[in-house]
Amino acid sequence: MSSPQIEIQLIAMVVAIACAIPGVFLVLRKMALISDAISHSILPGIVAGFFITHDLNSPILILLAALTGVITVVLVEAIQKTGLVKEDTAIGLVFPALFSIGVILIAKNANDVHLDVDAVLLGELAFAPFDRLLLSGVDLGPKSLWIMGSILLITLVLLFLFFKELKVSTFDAGLSSAMGISPIVMHYGLMSVSSITVVGAFDAVGAILVVALMIAPAATAYLLTANLKKMMLLSVGFGIFSALAGYWVAHWLDASISGSMTTVLGLVFLGVYLFAPNKGLLAVLYRHKQQRTEVSLITFLLHLNNHSEERERHINHLNEHINWQKVRSQSVLDLALKNNMITIDHKIVSLTEKGKEFTDLALEYIITNKDEKIEPMKDDFFLFRG
Amino acid sequence: MSEKIAIQVDDLTVAYNYKPVLWDIDLVIPEGVLMAIVGPNGAGKSTLIKAILAIIKPIAGSVAIYGKPYEEQRKQVAYVPQKGSVDWDFPTTALDVVMMGTYGSLGWIKRPGQKEKKAALEALEKVGMLAFKHRQISQLSGGQQQRIFLARALVQNASIYFMDEPFQGVDATTEIAIINILKELRKAGKTLVVVHHDLQTVPEYFDWVTFLNVKKIATGPVKEIFNDDNLTKTYGINYKVAINQ
Repeated sequence: MSSPQIEIQLIAMVVAIACAIPGVFLVLRKMALISDAISHSILPGIVAGFFITHDLNSPILILLAALTGVITVVLVEAIQKTGLVKEDTAIGLVFPALFSIGVILIAKNANDVHLDVDAVLLGELAFAPFDRLLLSGVDLGPKSLWIMGSILLITLVLLFLFFKELKVSTFDAGLSSAMGISPIVMHYGLMSVSSITVVGAFDAVGAILVVALMIAPAATAYLLTANLKKMMLLSVGFGIFSALAGYWVAHWLDASISGSMTTVLGLVFLGVYLFAPNKGLLAVLYRHKQQRTEVSLITFLLHLNNHSEERERHINHLNEHINWQKVRSQSVLDLALKNNMITIDHKIVSLTEKGKEFTDLALEYIITNKDEKIEPMKDDFFLFRG
Repeated sequence: MSEKIAIQVDDLTVAYNYKPVLWDIDLVIPEGVLMAIVGPNGAGKSTLIKAILAIIKPIAGSVAIYGKPYEEQRKQVAYVPQKGSVDWDFPTTALDVVMMGTYGSLGWIKRPGQKEKKAALEALEKVGMLAFKHRQISQLSGGQQQRIFLARALVQNASIYFMDEPFQGVDATTEIAIINILKELRKAGKTLVVVHHDLQTVPEYFDWVTFLNVKKIATGPVKEIFNDDNLTKTYGINYKVAINQ
């Protein structure tokens, strides 16, 4: 690996981590769309900043552009507050307007500005190592690594300091406000960090793909864990993975690095969506199938419990009486046998002691809906897991 | 019940988009009462609590908690919002939600430690939810979620409790468990303000009541003012309820 290759991967990783962290809170606050809005409406800020600083990596440009991001949020909220349109409409009104101002500014000043819309939308990581930070003649590495590194450091420090405040204001804004942890301050803090991150990252990955870097890792992690800290760590992990895998996919395909990173993220999400242990599609389908079987089992056991007469419990009559197809009757019979809930004697089915106990518990649960009764059964049966 | 005033509300008016939802509310709540706020939908019951807690900014009027503005008395006050106001799919556990009750007294930046965890575990025990401490909150039943919210208010270790419909969507067992804890708190000298919907249970559960419908209709001891006259004024129809005196 050559040193620019390592540098590109480093930058990609830092960008991915810096995006993943605010992304978790955006996803939990159901604000994914606002990151899309911010990523577009920073364009006029970037152009204006570029007129002033003539340097895409200048901190002043980053702050100016980030301010446009925060203004977007303010405008969206102001329009929403009129009560005339809903939030998604307000977002759809604000960011194209701001974005188009940026597009016009670039077009009008195309000769003076070394900036084109393609670069803004898609970014180009491959060029990042060319712009170096020189301090009295000493090469300290690519500028964008320093910029994104600083943004990541600030994000980490803020996250560390205000983790509890972010958590409570995200989960319960009312309580948070009553306790004096202003949800408005947290909201704008998060919006500012997100804006700064988007501006810092746009040079590398572009305004469109930065949204994927923020949202996809968090959305993927959300499917895998019910613990906020783990969700953050997983998001960061997915971010790093997509940065490295994306780089090598791009290398192999000779294609855009940021495009490959996002594609990897999409594939990772798809994989997790299908195969996640609890919330994954296959797990859900399997659970539904199990639940169907278990409902059948309970119905069957209740029938046995209600009828002492042999006629009702004869194996050949069961499907008539419960009105099931033969296959289903057989699979339920097998399941009950496997769990030692019934015995079959001369083709007459009877409940065992265990089967009786289970039926009583299930009945009581159905009637009282009391959870404590069925706690021990939750491990064996999907049906009782809510 | 002492003669001390816990909460005083003066000329409180709250409006959404220039439409008043609370109009010129004067309210004096003595220390040590278990008070129900009753009124029809849209009467401003939740809004009243939110305005007292400075979650919503009123357009006129003032609130005093033990004679001082709410901002100075936050630590004296615990709040149970409506259960439906939060996302129960949030990735966290029952214990963690209860721990959030300690965040107010911790203040900014400081993190909860062993002391806070111990308080949270005790509160969970008190509401009968200790066995569920590591349960993901979306896996809890409605009644259990309400108990978790109550436990969170308990760790706030306050003098005044505001509760927005704590009996909503809970079964009879949980309702009894909750009201017993509320009565226990009152016995310990705490003041409780509860938005309540079930008029039948008002005389049984509460000793103080406020009738609200945008304006305050009446406030006082249940025994004296919980009658057909006030119910009719509040709900606009001749509301007959059995009052078990």
